[in-house]
Amino acid sequence: MTATILWFAMGYAQIALALAACLACVRTLRGPRAQDRVLGLDTLYVTAMLLFVVTGLRAGTPFFFEAAMVIGVLGFVSSVALAKFLIRGEVIE
Amino acid sequence: MIDLETLPVWIALPAALFLVIGSTLTLLGTLGLMQLKSFYDRLHAPTLGTSWGTAGIMLASMLVFSWAGGRAVLHELVIAIFVMVTTPVTLMLLGRASLHRDRGEGRADVPPAPVLPPPPQPVPQEEPAE
Repeated sequence: MTATILWFAMGYAQIALALAACLACVRTLRGPRAQDRVLGLDTLYVTAMLLFVVTGLRAGTPFFFEAAMVIGVLGFVSSVALAKFLIRGEVIE
Repeated sequence: MIDLETLPVWIALPAALFLVIGSTLTLLGTLGLMQLKSFYDRLHAPTLGTSWGTAGIMLASMLVFSWAGGRAVLHELVIAIFVMVTTPVTLMLLGRASLHRDRGEGRADVPPAPVLPPPPQPVPQEEPAE
């Protein structure tokens, strides 16, 4: 019984996060201006990271956790670099 | 592989609840990202996913892995704290970049740049009398 509840919760979480990633992807592709695309990409990074954590929980292995951490760090660095590019026109001055 | 049948109810129910809350909030945040009208409104929407969306899913993962490992597994706190600390930095930078670009294009719907007082003029030094 408890396994069934947790199983359905994991399935729901995976579907909801995949849908969220699709919506962020649509904003990235459609965004009228460059900052919309950067914001959509940042959201896509966070959503993919959460999807990895839920997938690791479902698979029962701790290995997805490492991948999620790498995605989180890379998302932060890339978003800051893109925002810096939008301000100055170059990343490293 | 975790045997889900061995999980007690007081672990499985909160974990399922946290999973549902976290994923629903993340989905709502991206819905806002799609629906809101201006960029400055859209900037606020994904923070739903990075605050309680991340926290809920990490709490669920911590609960289940702690029970399965027989010890307190706190790895997920690293990601949760990292995301919560770095998201305001990213969004603040992005908002400032957008404001800078909008002002550069002379848009009317953003506040103008603040008028700074002129820098103080250096007082000319008097030549010492010989």
